[in-house]
Amino acid sequence: MALDAKIPEGEIEQKWTNYKDHLRLVSPANKRKLEIIIVGTGLAGASAAATLGELGYKVKSFCFQDSPRRAHSIAAQGGINAAKNYQSDGDSIYRLFYETVKGGDYRSREANVYRLAQVSGNIIDQCVAQGVPFAREYGGLLSNRSFGGTQVQRTFYAAGQTGQQLLLGAYGALERQVALGNVTVYSRHEMHDIVKIDGIARGIIARNLITGKLERYFGHAVLICSGGYGNVFYLSTNAMGSNVTAAWKSHKKGAYFANPCFTQIHPTCIPVTGEHQSKLTLMSESLRNDGRIWVPKDKNDKRNPNEIPESERDYYLERRYPAFGNLVPRDVASRAAKERCDAGFGVGTTKMAVFLDFASAINRYGKTEVHKRGLQDATEQTIRELGENVIREKYGNLFAMYEKITGEDPYKVPMRIYPAVHYTMGGLWVDYELKTTVDGLYSLGEANFSDHGANRLGASALMQGLADGYFVIPYTISAFMADQIRVPAIPTTHAAFDEAEKAVKDRIDKLMSIQGTESVESFHKRLGKIMWDKSGMSRNENGLKEAIEEIKALRNEFWQNVRIPGSIEEYNSELDKAGRVADFLELAELICIDALNRSESCGGHFREESQTVEGEALRKDDEFSYVAAWEYTPNGEVLHKEPLHFDVVKPSQRSYK
Amino acid sequence: MNLTLKVWRQKNAEARGGFETYDVKDISSEMSFLEMFDVLNERLVQEGKEPIAFDSDCREGICGACSMHIDGRAHGPWQKNTVCQLHMRAYKDGDTIVVEPWRSNVFPVIKDLIVDRSAFDRIIQAGGYVSVNTGNAPDANTIPVDRADSDEAFDAASCIACGACVAACPNGSAMLFVSAKVSQLALLPQGEPEKISRVLNMVDQMDKEGFGNCGNIYNCEAECPKGISVENIARMNRQYLGASLSSKIQERPVRMVDPMNEKG
Repeated sequence: MALDAKIPEGEIEQKWTNYKDHLRLVSPANKRKLEIIIVGTGLAGASAAATLGELGYKVKSFCFQDSPRRAHSIAAQGGINAAKNYQSDGDSIYRLFYETVKGGDYRSREANVYRLAQVSGNIIDQCVAQGVPFAREYGGLLSNRSFGGTQVQRTFYAAGQTGQQLLLGAYGALERQVALGNVTVYSRHEMHDIVKIDGIARGIIARNLITGKLERYFGHAVLICSGGYGNVFYLSTNAMGSNVTAAWKSHKKGAYFANPCFTQIHPTCIPVTGEHQSKLTLMSESLRNDGRIWVPKDKNDKRNPNEIPESERDYYLERRYPAFGNLVPRDVASRAAKERCDAGFGVGTTKMAVFLDFASAINRYGKTEVHKRGLQDATEQTIRELGENVIREKYGNLFAMYEKITGEDPYKVPMRIYPAVHYTMGGLWVDYELKTTVDGLYSLGEANFSDHGANRLGASALMQGLADGYFVIPYTISAFMADQIRVPAIPTTHAAFDEAEKAVKDRIDKLMSIQGTESVESFHKRLGKIMWDKSGMSRNENGLKEAIEEIKALRNEFWQNVRIPGSIEEYNSELDKAGRVADFLELAELICIDALNRSESCGGHFREESQTVEGEALRKDDEFSYVAAWEYTPNGEVLHKEPLHFDVVKPSQRSYK
Repeated sequence: MNLTLKVWRQKNAEARGGFETYDVKDISSEMSFLEMFDVLNERLVQEGKEPIAFDSDCREGICGACSMHIDGRAHGPWQKNTVCQLHMRAYKDGDTIVVEPWRSNVFPVIKDLIVDRSAFDRIIQAGGYVSVNTGNAPDANTIPVDRADSDEAFDAASCIACGACVAACPNGSAMLFVSAKVSQLALLPQGEPEKISRVLNMVDQMDKEGFGNCGNIYNCEAECPKGISVENIARMNRQYLGASLSSKIQERPVRMVDPMNEKG
């Protein structure tokens, strides 16, 4: 099947307007008869459910958590970008578009990214109208901060809890539609398969996690908004329950999976402390606005970091990238940290960490405060305290979180940080309408692949999730729905539902029948180790080939030796996890296949064979300027290429020097 | 360190529950409380027993899923903290720790330490939002908002709906949860148009669910992982009184009618 991205005609500024002007619409009376299933209630899923409900569609919304408000978007910290140019610092829709394409290392689709930048301002308007308490200046207007990969201040934020506030805004809008009867929420439900009828996605099989029973749901269309697959690495900043199952089942039912090897390793996370570690905690990128990253110049420096003089510190980001300094994009910052640690300059007990130091910011802010208050003979202590207060106001919750986890006070000693898996740019292939290669099946937010190329810029995930849900899908789904008005709801007694439910049941029965000796958790950990070691921050041909063999072997072992206690028709968290890990074991192989195929380096995908003399990622545009979209077949994954065209932003070697 | 755990086990909502005792060994002080449970569960699986069911997702104190009553305290011994952020350095070798699910009739046990908190969602459905359809919004900087009000609204909005306030209250009151949302929207100009119906409907729903009344004991504030202030309860009471006496309405407003669906 040839991939058609369905990019509208016209100049890039006009494409989205042209598309909307010529869109086929569905009348309000007809919308009431049309049903839509939405899997996931994060920013993309909740905003889509609320908006489609407002438009009059009948929406069924699913989440595995006990409430839609707990989806993992809630944990996003730093902020959300929008090209508002409220700071008059030269921002514009074009600049946000340009920086996103460049930040993604020229592996995203221009038309999608431009649309994202165009609607970014509307998102802020919508959220403020919902009562999202963004940070404000004393004059009462909205405040902005900078994020990595940009030279303007366009990030809107609510302390270090921006994702929480945005999600609660969308959740409120969603619950309002529940009250009005337009949306039904099925919480503690996990999607186990897509039901296709005549080639069109017409429903899902979901497992009620409380009763353990399988349930059938019909929809004229199905939207997958289930987030990313970072947990394939076991340790990541994702929530414990974050999984690939909905996206992976869609893939196995015909939706192509695009650029699976594009995973983002976030530079600033709290380092691993031991074998017991169950997940990693992010320290927002916004901290790099005020924190300076360094390691001692001497490998064996055992002194307390505060006792190491300036001249004996290596601020390696400032040294290597003077133009952007500590605000280089995530992929660049992560690799630079790995480079220093691999070279033996790491700090802390494991030597796999670098310092993120706020001392100079505290001092700078302290002096400003002293000046503001007209304090003549302020002591060092006073300056320090006043400076700490400013930092507390900006990042208080993050500092508190750091202290709870590590037991160290980051106001007094530098934080120790190390990169960790955070976000996945790859995902289900979608066209301009966010439709997958299966008719009636759409994918939004992190679950799709479209806007971030090979590396996502900070504060752009929230923007994309809400853009897709609030401002894109309500239009684009209309093109499909206009043809559905004569299709009455299909009863779930249809043979296709029987067949799909049976397949799901057989798989669960098989999992429960193994009764081996090793826990699901243990298999997941082993998978994570293979992925982190051989398909993590740095990859090479041999390692990837080994990883593929090891994953295959591990998968076989899983299906022969996993042990799941309890029974099927009850709340059984081990069984829930087993289904997810079984899917990760399949996805992991595809990630490695994709990483092996893409023998260039770009963004978060670093192939050791392809680097500049300075050790920077080296793209091969002649060979790899395409989206790798993988088709699942019984005989293995088949590669389809969607060539990328850059009509506006000409690809160049990304430089942040 | 080695510890003794007494944990509430209950097969399902209908079954009778009871405490079971477990010895856990070689727990490192760097582990989180839930990682200690992971270690225990891994052992139970190895022994062919059913692991202890508990809610947990983000493990960074923001999703509000985790909900353990530890030694009689919601979320355990640390202030302003969720269970997932409680670390084992809070304990010493030889300690006995008692772990129960949230205690509230409105939060029935689903299994072991997992409870049903859907009552919170229904309270939000009654009015915990601004009724603004997507696309209707004016430019975000059209209405300046007093920064102090905005900050206070944010503090209230940081509620994670974990239910610790209910679990900690001798009356099982949800006033802190409800007042946090009422306050957030009452403090912002965007919440103004619906302030009367919002507070009346949300309080009504809270009562219908069966939550108790506030007795000014302030356990809720003391145990709230996000430090939500009881001032919000006072603000909600003022809002409620004002709304009840308002001449704008002769009767209690019913939920908004959706013209598109011609029903209310």
